Amino acid sequence: MGYVVDPGLYALGQPNKKSPILVTANYKLSFDKLRERLTGRDFWILVVDTKGVNVWCAAGKGSFGTEELVRRIAAARLTEVVNHRTIILPQLAGPGVAAHLVKQLSGFNVRYGPIRAADLIEYLDAGMKASPSMREESFSLAERIVLVPVELVAALKAAFFIIVALFFTAGLGAEGHYWQSTLAKGPAAAAAIGLALLAGTVAVPVLLPCIPGRAFTAKGILVGLAASFLFLVLTGTFNEQAMNILEKSAWILIITAATAYLAMNFTGASTFTSLSGVKKEMRWGLPVEIAGAVAGIVLLIASRLAF
Amino acid sequence: MSNFEYLQNVVTLQLDQAACIGCGMCIEVCPRSVLSIPAGIARIERRDRCIECGACMRNCPVGAVAVRSGVGCAAAVINSLLGRKGGCCCTIDESSSDKGCFC
Repeated sequence: MGYVVDPGLYALGQPNKKSPILVTANYKLSFDKLRERLTGRDFWILVVDTKGVNVWCAAGKGSFGTEELVRRIAAARLTEVVNHRTIILPQLAGPGVAAHLVKQLSGFNVRYGPIRAADLIEYLDAGMKASPSMREESFSLAERIVLVPVELVAALKAAFFIIVALFFTAGLGAEGHYWQSTLAKGPAAAAAIGLALLAGTVAVPVLLPCIPGRAFTAKGILVGLAASFLFLVLTGTFNEQAMNILEKSAWILIITAATAYLAMNFTGASTFTSLSGVKKEMRWGLPVEIAGAVAGIVLLIASRLAF
Repeated sequence: MSNFEYLQNVVTLQLDQAACIGCGMCIEVCPRSVLSIPAGIARIERRDRCIECGACMRNCPVGAVAVRSGVGCAAAVINSLLGRKGGCCCTIDESSSDKGCFC
Protein backbone atom coordinates (compact mmCIF):
# COMPACT_ATOMS: atom_id res chain seq x y z
CA MET A 1 0.00 0.00 0.00
CA GLY A 2 0.97 3.60 -0.23
CA TYR A 3 1.94 3.28 -3.86
CA VAL A 4 -0.78 5.55 -5.08
CA VAL A 5 -0.75 9.32 -5.48
CA ASP A 6 -4.04 11.22 -5.45
CA PRO A 7 -4.92 12.24 -9.01
CA GLY A 8 -5.07 15.96 -9.75
CA LEU A 9 -2.87 18.98 -10.32
CA TYR A 10 0.32 19.48 -8.33
CA ALA A 11 2.66 22.48 -8.20
CA LEU A 12 6.39 21.87 -8.19
CA GLY A 13 8.35 24.93 -7.11
CA GLN A 14 6.50 28.17 -7.87
CA PRO A 15 4.77 27.57 -11.20
CA ASN A 16 2.91 30.40 -12.93
CA LYS A 17 0.67 30.78 -15.96
CA LYS A 18 3.55 30.13 -18.33
CA SER A 19 5.02 27.07 -16.63
CA PRO A 20 5.09 23.76 -18.45
CA ILE A 21 2.57 21.08 -17.58
CA LEU A 22 3.83 17.53 -17.23
CA VAL A 23 1.43 14.61 -17.10
CA THR A 24 2.09 11.33 -15.31
CA ALA A 25 0.44 8.25 -13.80
CA ASN A 26 -0.63 8.06 -10.17
CA TYR A 27 1.86 5.30 -9.47
CA LYS A 28 3.98 6.73 -6.67
CA LEU A 29 7.25 5.59 -8.19
CA SER A 30 6.47 7.31 -11.52
CA PHE A 31 5.51 10.49 -9.69
CA ASP A 32 8.57 10.47 -7.43
CA LYS A 33 10.95 9.79 -10.33
CA LEU A 34 9.53 12.79 -12.09
CA ARG A 35 9.75 15.10 -9.05
CA GLU A 36 13.26 13.97 -8.29
CA ARG A 37 14.48 14.96 -11.73
CA LEU A 38 12.91 18.39 -11.73
CA THR A 39 14.00 19.85 -8.41
CA GLY A 40 14.85 23.52 -8.57
CA ARG A 41 12.48 24.25 -11.44
CA ASP A 42 8.85 25.32 -11.62
CA PHE A 43 6.29 22.96 -13.12
CA TRP A 44 2.73 21.90 -13.01
CA ILE A 45 2.28 18.16 -12.71
CA LEU A 46 -1.05 16.70 -13.73
CA VAL A 47 -1.53 13.25 -12.24
CA VAL A 48 -4.08 11.05 -13.99
CA ASP A 49 -5.80 8.14 -12.30
CA THR A 50 -4.21 4.91 -13.53
CA LYS A 51 -5.16 2.97 -10.38
CA GLY A 52 -1.58 3.06 -9.20
CA VAL A 53 -0.22 1.41 -12.34
CA ASN A 54 2.85 2.76 -14.13
CA VAL A 55 2.64 4.76 -17.36
CA TRP A 56 3.48 2.02 -19.87
CA CYS A 57 1.21 -0.67 -18.44
CA ALA A 58 -1.64 1.77 -17.79
CA ALA A 59 -1.40 3.04 -21.37
CA GLY A 60 -1.49 -0.54 -22.65
CA LYS A 61 -4.55 -1.31 -20.57
CA GLY A 62 -6.24 1.95 -21.49
CA SER A 63 -6.53 3.45 -18.00
CA PHE A 64 -3.95 6.07 -19.01
CA GLY A 65 -6.12 7.00 -21.96
CA THR A 66 -7.57 9.89 -23.90
CA GLU A 67 -10.80 9.93 -21.91
CA GLU A 68 -9.16 9.99 -18.48
CA LEU A 69 -6.70 12.67 -19.56
CA VAL A 70 -9.41 14.92 -20.98
CA ARG A 71 -11.44 14.47 -17.80
CA ARG A 72 -8.44 15.43 -15.62
CA ILE A 73 -7.68 18.48 -17.74
CA ALA A 74 -11.22 19.71 -17.19
CA ALA A 75 -11.31 18.82 -13.48
CA ALA A 76 -8.06 20.69 -12.85
CA ARG A 77 -9.34 23.70 -14.86
CA LEU A 78 -6.08 23.80 -16.75
CA THR A 79 -7.41 26.43 -19.14
CA GLU A 80 -7.58 28.83 -16.17
CA VAL A 81 -4.34 27.73 -14.53
CA VAL A 82 -2.11 28.46 -17.52
CA ASN A 83 -2.37 30.65 -20.59
CA HIS A 84 -0.57 28.32 -22.95
CA ARG A 85 -2.17 25.20 -24.44
CA THR A 86 0.52 22.54 -24.32
CA ILE A 87 0.85 19.48 -22.10
CA ILE A 88 3.85 17.17 -22.05
CA LEU A 89 3.17 13.46 -21.73
CA PRO A 90 5.66 10.68 -21.15
CA GLN A 91 6.28 9.03 -24.51
CA LEU A 92 5.28 5.65 -23.13
CA ALA A 93 1.71 6.91 -22.65
CA GLY A 94 1.45 6.71 -26.46
CA PRO A 95 -0.37 3.36 -26.66
CA GLY A 96 -3.25 4.79 -24.61
CA VAL A 97 -3.53 8.43 -25.57
CA ALA A 98 -4.55 9.80 -28.98
CA ALA A 99 -2.91 13.22 -29.17
CA HIS A 100 -5.21 14.53 -31.92
CA LEU A 101 -8.32 13.56 -29.95
CA VAL A 102 -7.03 15.26 -26.80
CA LYS A 103 -6.54 18.42 -28.86
CA GLN A 104 -10.03 18.12 -30.25
CA LEU A 105 -11.69 17.46 -26.89
CA SER A 106 -9.70 19.72 -24.57
CA GLY A 107 -7.94 22.26 -26.75
CA PHE A 108 -4.54 21.18 -25.42
CA ASN A 109 -1.69 20.14 -27.68
CA VAL A 110 -0.04 16.93 -26.60
CA ARG A 111 3.72 16.76 -26.85
CA TYR A 112 5.38 13.45 -26.11
CA GLY A 113 8.42 13.94 -23.93
CA PRO A 114 11.27 11.48 -23.53
CA ILE A 115 10.80 7.93 -22.23
CA ARG A 116 12.99 8.51 -19.17
CA ALA A 117 12.36 11.31 -16.68
CA ALA A 118 16.13 11.73 -16.51
CA ASP A 119 16.09 13.23 -20.02
CA LEU A 120 13.29 15.71 -19.34
CA ILE A 121 15.38 18.79 -18.56
CA GLU A 122 17.51 18.25 -21.65
CA TYR A 123 14.36 17.78 -23.72
CA LEU A 124 12.81 20.99 -22.41
CA ASP A 125 15.99 23.01 -22.77
CA ALA A 126 16.25 21.87 -26.38
CA GLY A 127 12.82 23.41 -27.00
CA MET A 128 10.84 20.19 -26.54
CA LYS A 129 13.00 18.20 -28.90
CA ALA A 130 13.93 14.63 -28.13
CA SER A 131 17.10 13.03 -29.42
CA PRO A 132 16.65 9.57 -30.98
CA SER A 133 18.09 7.88 -27.89
CA MET A 134 15.49 9.59 -25.68
CA ARG A 135 12.80 7.95 -27.79
CA GLU A 136 14.17 4.44 -27.44
CA GLU A 137 13.32 1.83 -24.93
CA SER A 138 16.50 0.22 -23.61
CA PHE A 139 17.15 -3.09 -21.89
CA SER A 140 20.64 -2.79 -20.44
CA LEU A 141 22.36 -5.26 -18.16
CA ALA A 142 21.51 -3.10 -15.13
CA GLU A 143 17.87 -2.94 -16.18
CA ARG A 144 17.78 -6.71 -16.55
CA ILE A 145 19.52 -7.38 -13.25
CA VAL A 146 16.94 -5.28 -11.40
CA LEU A 147 14.30 -7.73 -12.65
CA VAL A 148 16.09 -10.83 -11.36
CA PRO A 149 14.82 -10.75 -7.74
CA VAL A 150 11.26 -10.20 -8.96
CA GLU A 151 11.46 -13.13 -11.36
CA LEU A 152 13.24 -15.36 -8.86
CA VAL A 153 10.81 -14.78 -6.00
CA ALA A 154 7.77 -15.27 -8.24
CA ALA A 155 9.19 -18.53 -9.59
CA LEU A 156 10.26 -19.71 -6.16
CA LYS A 157 6.74 -19.28 -4.83
CA ALA A 158 5.41 -21.52 -7.58
CA ALA A 159 8.26 -24.01 -7.35
CA PHE A 160 8.26 -24.42 -3.59
CA PHE A 161 5.72 -27.25 -3.55
CA ILE A 162 7.41 -28.98 -6.48
CA ILE A 163 10.69 -28.96 -4.57
CA VAL A 164 9.04 -30.29 -1.42
CA ALA A 165 7.14 -32.97 -3.35
CA LEU A 166 10.20 -34.13 -5.26
CA PHE A 167 12.30 -34.15 -2.10
CA PHE A 168 9.93 -36.30 -0.10
CA THR A 169 9.14 -38.73 -2.90
CA ALA A 170 12.81 -39.17 -3.75
CA GLY A 171 13.13 -42.08 -1.36
CA LEU A 172 10.05 -43.95 -2.52
CA GLY A 173 10.58 -47.25 -4.25
CA ALA A 174 14.18 -47.56 -3.08
CA GLU A 175 15.33 -50.48 -1.01
CA GLY A 176 15.90 -50.01 2.68
CA HIS A 177 14.65 -47.24 4.93
CA TYR A 178 12.46 -44.51 3.48
CA TRP A 179 14.20 -41.74 5.39
CA GLN A 180 17.62 -43.08 4.60
CA SER A 181 17.01 -43.09 0.88
CA THR A 182 15.12 -39.81 1.01
CA LEU A 183 18.08 -38.12 2.62
CA ALA A 184 20.33 -39.75 0.04
CA LYS A 185 18.30 -38.78 -3.02
CA GLY A 186 16.21 -35.82 -1.88
CA PRO A 187 18.94 -33.17 -2.00
CA ALA A 188 19.70 -33.97 -5.65
CA ALA A 189 16.00 -33.59 -6.52
CA ALA A 190 15.83 -30.23 -4.74
CA ALA A 191 19.09 -29.15 -6.36
CA ALA A 192 17.75 -29.98 -9.83
CA ILE A 193 14.76 -27.69 -9.43
CA GLY A 194 16.85 -25.04 -7.70
CA LEU A 195 19.30 -25.06 -10.60
CA ALA A 196 16.49 -24.75 -13.12
CA LEU A 197 15.15 -21.76 -11.19
CA LEU A 198 18.53 -20.05 -11.18
CA ALA A 199 19.06 -20.87 -14.85
CA GLY A 200 15.67 -19.51 -15.89
CA THR A 201 15.38 -16.45 -13.69
CA VAL A 202 19.01 -15.38 -13.23
CA ALA A 203 21.15 -16.75 -16.07
CA VAL A 204 18.62 -16.10 -18.85
CA PRO A 205 17.90 -12.43 -17.97
CA VAL A 206 21.55 -11.59 -17.29
CA LEU A 207 23.00 -13.34 -20.33
CA LEU A 208 20.04 -12.62 -22.64
CA PRO A 209 21.86 -10.90 -25.53
CA CYS A 210 24.70 -13.46 -25.43
CA ILE A 211 22.50 -16.55 -25.67
CA PRO A 212 22.05 -17.75 -29.27
CA GLY A 213 18.58 -17.84 -30.79
CA ARG A 214 15.75 -15.33 -31.04
CA ALA A 215 12.89 -17.14 -29.33
CA PHE A 216 13.15 -16.97 -25.54
CA THR A 217 12.15 -20.64 -25.32
CA ALA A 218 15.08 -21.58 -27.55
CA LYS A 219 17.44 -19.55 -25.37
CA GLY A 220 15.94 -21.28 -22.34
CA ILE A 221 16.53 -24.74 -23.79
CA LEU A 222 20.22 -23.94 -24.33
CA VAL A 223 20.68 -22.55 -20.83
CA GLY A 224 18.65 -25.47 -19.44
CA LEU A 225 20.97 -27.99 -21.12
CA ALA A 226 23.96 -26.16 -19.66
CA ALA A 227 22.31 -26.24 -16.23
CA SER A 228 21.62 -29.99 -16.64
CA PHE A 229 25.27 -30.54 -17.42
CA LEU A 230 26.23 -28.57 -14.33
CA PHE A 231 23.77 -30.64 -12.31
CA LEU A 232 25.33 -33.91 -13.44
CA VAL A 233 28.79 -32.59 -12.64
CA LEU A 234 27.74 -31.25 -9.24
CA THR A 235 26.04 -34.47 -8.23
CA GLY A 236 29.15 -36.31 -9.34
CA THR A 237 27.21 -38.92 -11.19
CA PHE A 238 29.13 -39.16 -14.40
CA ASN A 239 31.01 -42.25 -13.32
CA GLU A 240 29.28 -43.37 -10.22
CA GLN A 241 26.38 -45.71 -9.81
CA ALA A 242 24.37 -43.35 -7.60
CA MET A 243 22.08 -42.40 -10.47
CA ASN A 244 21.14 -44.70 -13.29
CA ILE A 245 20.77 -43.57 -16.89
CA LEU A 246 17.00 -43.27 -16.57
CA GLU A 247 17.26 -40.88 -13.66
CA LYS A 248 19.98 -38.81 -15.34
CA SER A 249 17.83 -38.48 -18.46
CA ALA A 250 14.86 -37.58 -16.31
CA TRP A 251 16.67 -34.69 -14.65
CA ILE A 252 18.05 -33.40 -17.95
CA LEU A 253 14.50 -33.28 -19.34
CA ILE A 254 12.99 -31.70 -16.22
CA ILE A 255 15.70 -29.06 -15.77
CA THR A 256 15.66 -28.12 -19.45
CA ALA A 257 11.86 -27.95 -19.67
CA ALA A 258 11.59 -25.86 -16.52
CA THR A 259 14.32 -23.46 -17.63
CA ALA A 260 12.72 -23.07 -21.05
CA TYR A 261 9.37 -22.29 -19.42
CA LEU A 262 10.88 -19.66 -17.15
CA ALA A 263 12.77 -18.12 -20.07
CA MET A 264 9.54 -17.99 -22.08
CA ASN A 265 7.91 -16.14 -19.20
CA PHE A 266 10.64 -13.54 -19.28
CA THR A 267 9.18 -12.27 -22.58
CA GLY A 268 6.77 -10.19 -20.51
CA ALA A 269 9.50 -8.43 -18.58
CA SER A 270 11.59 -7.71 -21.67
CA THR A 271 11.19 -4.54 -23.69
CA PHE A 272 11.46 -5.92 -27.21
CA THR A 273 8.89 -8.71 -27.63
CA SER A 274 5.64 -8.48 -29.56
CA LEU A 275 2.41 -10.34 -28.86
CA SER A 276 2.46 -11.96 -32.31
CA GLY A 277 6.00 -13.15 -31.68
CA VAL A 278 5.24 -14.51 -28.24
CA LYS A 279 2.22 -16.39 -29.58
CA LYS A 280 4.34 -17.83 -32.36
CA GLU A 281 7.03 -19.15 -30.07
CA MET A 282 4.47 -20.45 -27.59
CA ARG A 283 2.81 -22.57 -30.27
CA TRP A 284 5.86 -24.83 -30.29
CA GLY A 285 7.44 -23.83 -26.99
CA LEU A 286 4.63 -24.67 -24.63
CA PRO A 287 4.03 -28.20 -26.03
CA VAL A 288 7.78 -28.88 -25.95
CA GLU A 289 8.03 -27.74 -22.34
CA ILE A 290 5.03 -29.78 -21.24
CA ALA A 291 6.18 -32.87 -23.13
CA GLY A 292 9.68 -32.53 -21.68
CA ALA A 293 8.42 -32.21 -18.13
CA VAL A 294 5.97 -35.12 -18.47
CA ALA A 295 8.58 -37.36 -20.08
CA GLY A 296 11.01 -36.42 -17.33
CA ILE A 297 8.59 -37.32 -14.58
CA VAL A 298 7.71 -40.64 -16.28
CA LEU A 299 11.42 -41.48 -16.55
CA LEU A 300 11.95 -40.47 -12.94
CA ILE A 301 9.23 -42.87 -11.80
CA ALA A 302 10.59 -45.57 -14.09
CA SER A 303 14.08 -45.09 -12.67
CA ARG A 304 12.74 -45.62 -9.15
CA LEU A 305 10.78 -48.73 -10.16
CA ALA A 306 13.70 -50.19 -12.07
CA PHE A 307 15.46 -51.05 -8.83
CA MET B 1 20.01 2.08 -30.70
CA SER B 2 19.57 -1.06 -28.65
CA ASN B 3 20.31 -4.14 -30.69
CA PHE B 4 17.67 -6.38 -29.28
CA GLU B 5 15.55 -7.90 -31.98
CA TYR B 6 12.90 -10.55 -31.53
CA LEU B 7 11.44 -13.01 -34.07
CA GLN B 8 11.52 -12.19 -37.76
CA ASN B 9 8.56 -11.57 -40.06
CA VAL B 10 5.89 -11.92 -37.47
CA VAL B 11 4.56 -8.48 -36.47
CA THR B 12 1.19 -7.28 -37.75
CA LEU B 13 2.19 -3.66 -38.35
CA GLN B 14 0.76 -2.17 -41.55
CA LEU B 15 1.14 1.28 -43.02
CA ASP B 16 -1.07 2.83 -45.68
CA GLN B 17 1.33 5.23 -47.34
CA ALA B 18 -1.40 6.67 -49.56
CA ALA B 19 -3.25 7.89 -46.48
CA CYS B 20 -0.17 9.20 -44.63
CA ILE B 21 0.10 12.97 -44.27
CA GLY B 22 3.64 12.91 -42.89
CA CYS B 23 2.80 14.53 -39.55
CA GLY B 24 5.45 12.48 -37.77
CA MET B 25 3.40 11.51 -34.73
CA CYS B 26 4.12 7.81 -35.28
CA ILE B 27 7.83 8.50 -35.12
CA GLU B 28 7.45 10.57 -31.97
CA VAL B 29 5.63 7.84 -30.06
CA CYS B 30 7.45 4.73 -31.32
CA PRO B 31 9.77 3.42 -28.58
CA ARG B 32 11.58 1.12 -31.02
CA SER B 33 12.51 3.40 -33.96
CA VAL B 34 10.50 1.26 -36.34
CA LEU B 35 9.33 4.05 -38.61
CA SER B 36 10.98 6.91 -40.45
CA ILE B 37 9.94 9.73 -42.74
CA PRO B 38 12.50 9.84 -45.52
CA ALA B 39 10.53 12.07 -47.88
CA GLY B 40 7.41 13.48 -46.29
CA ILE B 41 5.71 10.11 -46.01
CA ALA B 42 6.19 7.56 -43.24
CA ARG B 43 7.89 4.28 -43.99
CA ILE B 44 8.37 1.04 -42.06
CA GLU B 45 12.12 1.06 -41.68
CA ARG B 46 12.79 -1.75 -39.21
CA ARG B 47 9.73 -3.99 -39.09
CA ASP B 48 11.21 -6.74 -36.93
CA ARG B 49 11.89 -4.29 -34.10
CA CYS B 50 8.17 -3.55 -33.68
CA ILE B 51 6.68 -4.66 -30.35
CA GLU B 52 3.08 -4.03 -31.39
CA CYS B 53 2.42 -1.57 -28.57
CA GLY B 54 -0.04 0.29 -30.80
CA ALA B 55 1.16 3.82 -29.98
CA CYS B 56 1.59 4.75 -33.68
CA MET B 57 -1.88 3.52 -34.58
CA ARG B 58 -3.46 5.33 -31.65
CA ASN B 59 -1.76 8.61 -32.52
CA CYS B 60 -2.16 8.58 -36.29
CA PRO B 61 -4.73 11.30 -37.02
CA VAL B 62 -5.68 9.77 -40.38
CA GLY B 63 -5.76 6.09 -39.46
CA ALA B 64 -2.91 5.18 -41.78
CA VAL B 65 -1.30 2.75 -39.34
CA ALA B 66 -2.82 -0.56 -38.32
CA VAL B 67 -1.43 -3.13 -35.91
CA ARG B 68 -2.94 -5.85 -33.78
CA SER B 69 -1.67 -4.43 -30.53
CA GLY B 70 -1.03 -6.26 -27.31
CA VAL B 71 1.60 -7.10 -24.76
CA GLY B 72 4.35 -9.55 -25.68
CA CYS B 73 3.97 -11.51 -22.49
CA ALA B 74 3.75 -15.31 -22.27
CA ALA B 75 2.14 -15.22 -18.82
CA ALA B 76 -0.63 -12.99 -20.16
CA VAL B 77 -1.20 -15.39 -23.07
CA ILE B 78 -1.40 -18.33 -20.67
CA ASN B 79 -3.78 -16.41 -18.41
CA SER B 80 -6.11 -15.70 -21.28
CA LEU B 81 -5.87 -19.31 -22.48
CA LEU B 82 -6.96 -20.41 -19.02
CA GLY B 83 -9.75 -17.86 -19.08
CA ARG B 84 -8.35 -15.91 -16.14
CA LYS B 85 -9.69 -12.42 -15.87
CA GLY B 86 -8.08 -9.30 -14.50
CA GLY B 87 -5.64 -8.76 -17.32
CA CYS B 88 -2.89 -7.95 -14.91
CA CYS B 89 0.34 -7.66 -16.73
CA CYS B 90 3.83 -6.32 -16.81
CA THR B 91 3.96 -4.74 -13.42
CA ILE B 92 3.49 -5.01 -9.73
CA ASP B 93 0.09 -3.60 -9.14
CA GLU B 94 0.46 -3.18 -5.42
CA SER B 95 -2.46 -0.85 -5.02
CA SER B 96 -5.08 -3.37 -5.94
CA SER B 97 -6.02 -6.55 -4.18
CA ASP B 98 -5.47 -8.94 -7.07
CA LYS B 99 -1.86 -9.54 -6.03
CA GLY B 100 1.19 -8.54 -7.92
CA CYS B 101 1.63 -9.96 -11.36
CA PHE B 102 5.01 -10.06 -12.93
CA CYS B 103 5.23 -10.60 -16.59
